[in-house]
Amino acid sequence: MDAGSWRRRRRWGRVGLYAMVVGFTLFAAFPFLWGFITAFKQDQDLYNRDNNPFIFNIEPTLQHVRLLFEGTAFNTFVVNTLVVAVLVVAITLAASLPAAYSLARLNLRWGGAMAIAIFLVYLIPPSLLFISLSRVVSYLGLQDSRWALVVLYPTITIPVSVWLLMGFFKGIPKDIEEQAMVDGYSRLGAFVRTVLPLSFPGMVAVVVFSATLSASEFIYALAFVSQTSQKTISVGVPTELVRGDVFFWQSLQAATLLVAIPIALVFNAFLKRFIAGFTMGAVKG
Amino acid sequence: MAIVEVRHLTKQFEGNATPAVDDLDLATTEGEYLVLLGPSGCGKTTLLRLIAGLEQPTSGEVLIGGLPMVGLPPRARKIAMVFQSYALYPHKSARRNIEFPLKAARMDPEERAKKVAWAAELLGITRLLDRRPRHLSGGERQRVALARALVREPDVFLLDEPLSNLDAKLRAAARDDLKQFQDRVGTTTVYVTHDQVEAMGLGDRIAVMSEGRIRQLGTPHDVYHDPADTFVATFLGSPPMNMVRRDDVLVGFRPESLLPKGVVQPDDGAVTIPFHVHRVENLGSERHLVGTLSGIGPETRVIAMLPSTVSVDIPIDETSEFVIRGADLRFFDTDAGLRTERRRL
Amino acid sequence: MKDRRRYLFDRDGVLAPLMLLPSVVYIVALVAVPFFLAIAYSLSDVTVGDPSFDYVGLRNFRAVLKDPVFRRSLTNSLFITAVTMVLVLVLGKILALVLTRDFRFKWVVRFLILLPWTTPVPLAAIAWLWMLDSLFSPIDWTLRWLGLIDGNLHWLGNSELAVVSVIAVQVWRIVPLAAVIIMAGLAAIPQDINDAAEVDGAGFWRKLFEVTIPMSLPVTAVATLFGAVLVFTDMSVVFVLTRGGPVDATQILPTWAFFRGIAGGDLAQGAAVALFLFPLLLAMAVLILRSVRKMEVM
Repeated sequence: MDAGSWRRRRRWGRVGLYAMVVGFTLFAAFPFLWGFITAFKQDQDLYNRDNNPFIFNIEPTLQHVRLLFEGTAFNTFVVNTLVVAVLVVAITLAASLPAAYSLARLNLRWGGAMAIAIFLVYLIPPSLLFISLSRVVSYLGLQDSRWALVVLYPTITIPVSVWLLMGFFKGIPKDIEEQAMVDGYSRLGAFVRTVLPLSFPGMVAVVVFSATLSASEFIYALAFVSQTSQKTISVGVPTELVRGDVFFWQSLQAATLLVAIPIALVFNAFLKRFIAGFTMGAVKG
Repeated sequence: MAIVEVRHLTKQFEGNATPAVDDLDLATTEGEYLVLLGPSGCGKTTLLRLIAGLEQPTSGEVLIGGLPMVGLPPRARKIAMVFQSYALYPHKSARRNIEFPLKAARMDPEERAKKVAWAAELLGITRLLDRRPRHLSGGERQRVALARALVREPDVFLLDEPLSNLDAKLRAAARDDLKQFQDRVGTTTVYVTHDQVEAMGLGDRIAVMSEGRIRQLGTPHDVYHDPADTFVATFLGSPPMNMVRRDDVLVGFRPESLLPKGVVQPDDGAVTIPFHVHRVENLGSERHLVGTLSGIGPETRVIAMLPSTVSVDIPIDETSEFVIRGADLRFFDTDAGLRTERRRL
Repeated sequence: MKDRRRYLFDRDGVLAPLMLLPSVVYIVALVAVPFFLAIAYSLSDVTVGDPSFDYVGLRNFRAVLKDPVFRRSLTNSLFITAVTMVLVLVLGKILALVLTRDFRFKWVVRFLILLPWTTPVPLAAIAWLWMLDSLFSPIDWTLRWLGLIDGNLHWLGNSELAVVSVIAVQVWRIVPLAAVIIMAGLAAIPQDINDAAEVDGAGFWRKLFEVTIPMSLPVTAVATLFGAVLVFTDMSVVFVLTRGGPVDATQILPTWAFFRGIAGGDLAQGAAVALFLFPLLLAMAVLILRSVRKMEVM
């Protein structure tokens, strides 16, 4: 083979690559791209079977977006979601940081068994527990309120966070803590002063994961919160933006985009760290 | 078997101020064992990868067997490479590792089996063929990597520090194996290392490199005894060549050339100087005398090396008379450190 | 004596359990307890109307197993998960390989490709709900415009198409996650090995099937497990798209448990249905983790 035919091969390879890129991008983003256009369509344009759905046949309008903010409980949903998110993140960090450290560093005889136990918890999903939890929730007097979610979401976030952070901690060399202990700090003090600052990326991953869970978890939110004023985004949007049988499609699409894009931006910013923590846990765990 | 040639080769990596390989010219002879020697970061591995086709040059050419390699990927270049880590496929047995290039060349199974057996025989690993890499020792893995390289019958072998992953004790034996291997096979080889002992022991010629350039290309004897500049002079030899500044030149002499008066026959141009010995390191086969020398230039710290066969008693913390023969003196200019002609002292 | 006590917290034996305590208490109270409670319910006759607890043995399980809707849910759950994961693995692998190359506007592409995964599932389902609408679907419009069909495909109204739609949405949202995990696995392959394969003469396909795929198998298996659990236990896609319909055609275990237990008020039966999730998930996990152990090559 000569240099020319090798070059030709490479060029076809490039073409193939770009074809794949375009294909996958369209496949992934299509619903959103189209949802973006829909959000600004007027009713007469949208509810016409013969109109091209990808362009504005009549000029676009902001009325449906305005309706979302002024005529529906969307703002309440956002506020509820933020409140739940902040609290869940706090609880998760408070519980999982020490637990992960304990499992990663302090060699317990049952440390390995614990790791397996965490994994088992992951296999008992909300879609299993929600039936009996309905009893527990009403017993605790939390039924029909967002506090139920604040209490329940950590059961999902803590196991994953412990697992994530464990992998992270194992990657931090012991020397630094041991140096701190020799210098005069207790184990706990060494942990707080040396390990915690170094695990910032891991903590970021936990925060991102827990916060986005609060906005997307569906089962518990559906089962335990029925008052409109207490709902979060994940349940509020699919169930409340309806009047009778009529869906407010444009507002729904706008809501979807308004929630999806910020979350995606955050994820993209922290993607590398998130995955590093994820796979480190997979290899060690 | 072919000649490897490199003309005006430059490689500039993005984000780096200086080129990794800087306008380099080099040509091997047929069947030669050429060693690229230099400290880390000098560009030797980059040069090897450019020859292999794993990197593309910023400018300049690579020719193998007289044919320009531009646009050709590694597998079109009839080369074989052994990496520092050996890069054995961990999920394949030794046999399948060695067989891999032959499968890629679409050789039929009987041919393949014959070649694998031949290569394994040559390297003495026939009984290891069905083991996976993780069940092989470092030395065994190296031989599997060599067998894999051999089996393609390439025109050029490229080796990237293949001994640095071995224990120090094993390295001498492995070096010997490599030399025997080369003698039997006779293929042109380009070998990268930072270890000068390896370079001196293995190479037909050595290219001493630093900062992307070749400082000197010559036989081990040449680079050791007639270094082209102060870099080559001090890089080769352990302990390195002593340098003393005298007016506008640097005077260099190897530690083994600084001997007590009476031990060596002075020649025309020899100098006798007072050497104040501070400390002696007895290394068994040789003694290193660390001290200060005056008489050539200002007081300079130098090292003298006496083989153990010279059993002259050297008193510590005293000054004795030492001799350097004129033939052992080297002179370098003080700007660029290049060799200049001999002087009389 | 006093000194001993001051150093109490330095003792790993004391510190370790203490640091674990909050998480353990949390999990025991809100996972273990409800889990055993669910088992208890499934063996009782508790309903929302009659909350008294009477032990009835395996009656609920027998009733549930005879119920054709339950059987449909079970097969749907398994079928949908299996088909989804096969598609996810193939597409995810391809996408991972594509994303390891360099091309222009890579960051934009990455952002868009991650959208399906980072969007909250129920909201993504809403977006698809409109896309699959029986009157106004843009997919149908495009097919009509291309002259391939005449009227509308009832994506969510036709039993088979509804299952296809559910699978499509699940594949759509899981592929980005799988791709990212597989990419991490690909990055873990030492560059030397890739270079050696290049020098040894391996072209694109040989390198892919004989080096890249075998060496990234453990990570791929982990990705499969995660994806499978996510699909198997997910309720939002089916709930939003079809509510389990048409006529229970897309009913899966979680949604059926919801409709029986919460909406229908029969907690005992709902618990019985939901409990089937656990042994199946356990079996999946054990299978995949065992094969990962066998695959350890590094």
